Amino acid sequence: MDSVTIINALVSGLLTGLVYGLSALGLSVIFGVIRIVNFAHGELMVLGMYLALMLFRWFGLDPLWSVPIGAAALFVVGYALQHFVVRRVAYLPDHMQFLLLAGIAIMLVSGCLVVFGPDAQGVQLPYALDSFAIGSLIIDKVRLYAALAAIAVASALLLFFKYSSTGRAIRACADNYLGAKVVGLNVDRLYALTFGIGAACIGAAGCIILLLVQVHPYLAPAYTLLAFVVVIVGGMGSLFGALLGGILIGVSEEMASVVLQPSLKTAFSFGLLIVVLLLRPQGLLGRVVR
Amino acid sequence: MNDLTVSGRFALVVLVAVLLALPQFASGYVLSVTIICLYLSFVGQAWNMMLGFAGLLSIGHALFVGLGAYTSGYLFTKHGVPPVIGVVAAVAIAMIMGSIIGYLGFRFAIGGVYFALLTIAFSEFVRILLDHAKFLGGTEGLFLPVTQESRRGVDLVNLRGAPQMYYYVILALAGGAFLACRALLHGRIGYYWRAIRDNPEAAEAVGVHIFRFRMYAVVLSSGMAGIAGVFYAFYYNNLFPEQVLGIERSIEITLAPIVGGVGTLFGPIFGAFILTPLGEFLTYAVDGLKESGIIAKNVKTDGVKLMFWGLAVALIVLLQPKGLWPWVCKLLGLVKPPGERG
Repeated sequence: MDSVTIINALVSGLLTGLVYGLSALGLSVIFGVIRIVNFAHGELMVLGMYLALMLFRWFGLDPLWSVPIGAAALFVVGYALQHFVVRRVAYLPDHMQFLLLAGIAIMLVSGCLVVFGPDAQGVQLPYALDSFAIGSLIIDKVRLYAALAAIAVASALLLFFKYSSTGRAIRACADNYLGAKVVGLNVDRLYALTFGIGAACIGAAGCIILLLVQVHPYLAPAYTLLAFVVVIVGGMGSLFGALLGGILIGVSEEMASVVLQPSLKTAFSFGLLIVVLLLRPQGLLGRVVR
Repeated sequence: MNDLTVSGRFALVVLVAVLLALPQFASGYVLSVTIICLYLSFVGQAWNMMLGFAGLLSIGHALFVGLGAYTSGYLFTKHGVPPVIGVVAAVAIAMIMGSIIGYLGFRFAIGGVYFALLTIAFSEFVRILLDHAKFLGGTEGLFLPVTQESRRGVDLVNLRGAPQMYYYVILALAGGAFLACRALLHGRIGYYWRAIRDNPEAAEAVGVHIFRFRMYAVVLSSGMAGIAGVFYAFYYNNLFPEQVLGIERSIEITLAPIVGGVGTLFGPIFGAFILTPLGEFLTYAVDGLKESGIIAKNVKTDGVKLMFWGLAVALIVLLQPKGLWPWVCKLLGLVKPPGERG
């Protein structure tokens, strides 16, 4: 175990972690505003992956270029989901909302199974095996591009929430539901927009991650769990927290697979999750909700 | 019993009679489906104790089932310990795990959704550890020895015998769990649980020891799930971490009680007897559609079945969020309205 291997693993984990972070941003936005734990998270992400795969097959489109398309398509799906379905269960206790979304998740994942089959499928890119070398540090080209794309989408989202009037209105709903209604915001529409934006993030992350992994329907529950881990470690509802959580999980997974065994890497992140839940249940950057 | 109307009592007697006599006239297929129904209603009862009685959402109950299954299976295959003794160890280990999760969760005041995620985290953590536990078979699975002649007759000590025996074992477990839960719910502990579930602050203010009673709920529930695990191990005879402890299993456990009605005593049983046959019917229907050429032959039956199943679950949440059992009760007039109870 020399230092070069470790530094390489660190960098590679950091880059993958940024994509995890983007995906978790989608979960975090939805929970932070609507207070719904989106149990169909991984399923939406897999939809984005399949969309990018089809665009690649039919038009030879690089998954990076299908990011806007995937984001737009998933925005529509998310908006419709909130507007037609999730809105109706807002008054129900947590476990019923969980069950509804689990039902939707089962439908989506088995729909993918029917349409695309159970086999893992991926894209072959001409630059898939290229890498940059900086001294003894080797960076995969795909991983770097994926991370840059994730940073671009995440920054767009953060800017949107910080400066646009719609973004500010959404933050107002999250801070004070009643107050937002009193000042005349259309909370129902803003909630649907939020779910759409969250889903768009997930769709973008799905397109990007297709650069790194092959897609199959059973990835969905694994990605749901991964996003939960990332978001809780970073702090539910905190946008920077989601990115930080993603990086932490990406790095710790990569370190675990170098130091221990690759198959133990998920156990490592669940261990990290348990520790964070016990010591700081609101997450590293989360605020205490009262 | 006192709360039942005449038609309610009649329905109960008929149900018990049919369940007791079922192996006399049912085919092997019907018997095996009923065994699954009873198994799910037993685990569902255990899960319902946590959410329905004490207000604690667990999405990791497969962990306790899995610990029970692996403990008894390991003792039986590697040390020849019969399940009658193995069940004690299985329940003990499941309860220890339950108390660890409960202690950590309640001490550090992890509530609601976060507690549910803690249960998922523990369950996934143990599943991955089992993947790497060579002495338990790892991903290659743990197989319990079974011979042709042991499939006949009745051997309750080693839990080996004909399907009829398994049927009566799980029927006794499900019936016993129902009666035990009924006794608990109507006893002092049940009132404390419901007080904590409905308003923890108020319950604490009137002197209910929240921590202790929440621990009772988790420990009892995990112990029951551990017993279910022993049945699972000796009924299926093969254990794979992915199949026993996967998140899908945990979700499956929650479905029957939620569909039947969280917090009701008969809900888990009713839900299991709706969902399992529904799944079987869907498989049959999808195969029929394939035969008649409406669905292409190469489409996976399982995928289509699960799609309808997910749809059914979502529709129940949207249309009958209190669960199907309270609705059916009212519809058929099985239970007296609260004012007329003696």
